[in-house]
Amino acid sequence: MEVTALSNAKVGSAGVVETIDLPEEVSHHLAHLGFLPGTSVEVLRRAPAGDPRVYRIDGVEVGLRNETAKHIYLRLTSEGEAA
Amino acid sequence: MSCHAPVQDLSQEPQFPAPMGPKPLRTVALIGPPNCGKSTLFNRLTGLRQKVANYPGVTVEHHSGRMKAIGRNDLTLIDLPGIYSLATYSEDARVAVEVLTGKMPGVPKPDCVLLVLDATHMNRQLMLAAPVFSIGLPTLVLLNMADQLEARGGKIDTLAMAHALGHPVALISAANGTGLDVIPEFLLRTGSRPDDGSRPVQLPVLQSAASCRNWATQVTARTKYQAPAAALWTRRLDNVLLHRVWGPLIFLAVVIAVFQVVFLAGQPLSDWLTEIMTRAGTQAALLLPDNWLRLMLRDGLWNGVQSVLVFLPQILLLFLFIGILEDSGYLARAALIADRVMRAIGLNGKAFIPLLSAYACAVPAIMATRTIENKRERLATIMIAPFMTCSARLPIYTLIIAAFIPNRLFLGGLIGMRAMTMLGLYLLGFLAAMGTAKLLNSSVMKASTAPFILELPQYRWPTIQGLALRLYDRGKLFLKKAGTIILACTFIVWMLSVLPVHGGHFSELTSSLIGRLGHFIEPVIHPLGFNWKIGIGLLSSIVAREVIVGTLGTLYGMDPATHSLGLQSALRGDMTLGGAVALVVFFAFAMQCTSTLAVVRRETNSWKYPAVQFAYMTVVAYVAALVTNQVISRLF
Repeated sequence: MEVTALSNAKVGSAGVVETIDLPEEVSHHLAHLGFLPGTSVEVLRRAPAGDPRVYRIDGVEVGLRNETAKHIYLRLTSEGEAA
Repeated sequence: MSCHAPVQDLSQEPQFPAPMGPKPLRTVALIGPPNCGKSTLFNRLTGLRQKVANYPGVTVEHHSGRMKAIGRNDLTLIDLPGIYSLATYSEDARVAVEVLTGKMPGVPKPDCVLLVLDATHMNRQLMLAAPVFSIGLPTLVLLNMADQLEARGGKIDTLAMAHALGHPVALISAANGTGLDVIPEFLLRTGSRPDDGSRPVQLPVLQSAASCRNWATQVTARTKYQAPAAALWTRRLDNVLLHRVWGPLIFLAVVIAVFQVVFLAGQPLSDWLTEIMTRAGTQAALLLPDNWLRLMLRDGLWNGVQSVLVFLPQILLLFLFIGILEDSGYLARAALIADRVMRAIGLNGKAFIPLLSAYACAVPAIMATRTIENKRERLATIMIAPFMTCSARLPIYTLIIAAFIPNRLFLGGLIGMRAMTMLGLYLLGFLAAMGTAKLLNSSVMKASTAPFILELPQYRWPTIQGLALRLYDRGKLFLKKAGTIILACTFIVWMLSVLPVHGGHFSELTSSLIGRLGHFIEPVIHPLGFNWKIGIGLLSSIVAREVIVGTLGTLYGMDPATHSLGLQSALRGDMTLGGAVALVVFFAFAMQCTSTLAVVRRETNSWKYPAVQFAYMTVVAYVAALVTNQVISRLF
């Protein structure tokens, strides 16, 4: 399936991280939370205001703002329902 | 990471005769990622005997304590900051590396390491193990949250894991206290022979997160680790607590409920304490001769200190709730809900946690801003933190509210007028902080946005032990302050209120040094609705906010007209409603705290910021109090 920015993936969809295009210290931090190429990630929910959203990666739930998530690209494995 | 040969530093070795056999253990380091349950374990091992201090030169907190709880009073346990890796992007990681390699001045090099990992997601947690092993100290790997792992159907083969890691491994639950026997055993074994059973294993390239991750995944695959199922309850709870409509409503309800309970339950406790302490003071005074000594001890010191001490119940209740919210995992959800607001004023969601802890006290909050990498955002957070309603404001707020606001209940007793007033004051501080942040963001310090990355831990029950420890810590701090700073200030106020001595007699209050000083400054504060006694209270509270209550207690206790009244009734008779509300508004905004100024000076390394902050906050406080008094005195 197609590659998309994490921030564009609908709630309920899942995919595998392809690339992360963020400054070194940010991507280092994310890597230790599990955001590395090849790990699968699921869009769990959004905060009441719509942004940040919560992602489940590697059994952990992580909140990211869309401005960060749009630099993480994933290959979708399942589409979610309409967000 | 370079591995240096251990250098013998003779100056740090105590001058005991060298024991026979291997060098005895002295120092044990505790390390682990954030949210792995490390502090719970630290509390389990050390009990209440822990010391909190800062590492020299940095503001990372340094907890250490004797391992008394497992009968090893001879061993010091050092709690290192929670970190994901030893790569030195953050100050926390730098501190951890320096301590582990014995390069931190004043901290002895650890003899062995307890590495705590959360057993419920090993793939990620093991990433820290490789760099820790590479330091070369004897290490015991403690896989925490065994209870969670089992409850959710996960499996770990500790023997296979120990084999793969080359270090002893044990499954524990710090929360329940199970499996902890391995720790004294490990310490005994490590102390009695230099070889602790560690074997060299192949480690990944440490600088690369990806290679650490691959290594971790290989280890878990080889040892047939089964990750537990998702925490169902956390998911279900979040469906409600992070719901688009219910989430913010519940957030608001939680905040209101906290204030309501602090008031409804705190006030009677506080009244009861006042009664006991007044009676004790009167009884004790009868034992003293009727001269200046009795005057000084009862009217001067006891009245002053007592009027501050009676707020202990409210302060403990507030910290109990903060503790429950934090330990249960709700605080992270609150940060998620609040991020949108934080962003609107140009702050990072990460600023939320320091700002929230500023509700307890601005000093640790300002120290906690170290986690904000962006310098300008950090400075902005430092500048606004003292506006958050810290617990030192609670005594004067409670005093004025109890004296002037009627105890009326609405909505069938659910919401009280007093609690709402208190909530309003908290809101006022919050709005002042937001406004200031916006001002800074649009003018002086235009912030670039650092990323908001927030791990949401699963919900869990707060432990009684953890909560008790917090309350003990806070209570101790408050009592210590009452016994030192507040006592000293009250004493000075009392001295100034009886001097100069005329022909062997003390001065009348109005003609005393403090009376004259008070009347001298009265014109400045009169438009705010404050009399000279309040003026003296304001002056004395520059040291610390609680001091005003002690000072007023002493001053009204010294005055023959109000001598026999309680402080509440004395104030009710001596202030207008406008003046009373103006006083709490003044306190909502003013920077009455020398400890905060000192910590801002240290954190920013310049007197400029604390000076600007003090001037700005005082001007805002004066103007706001002036407007409040003028408006209210015209309306009522």
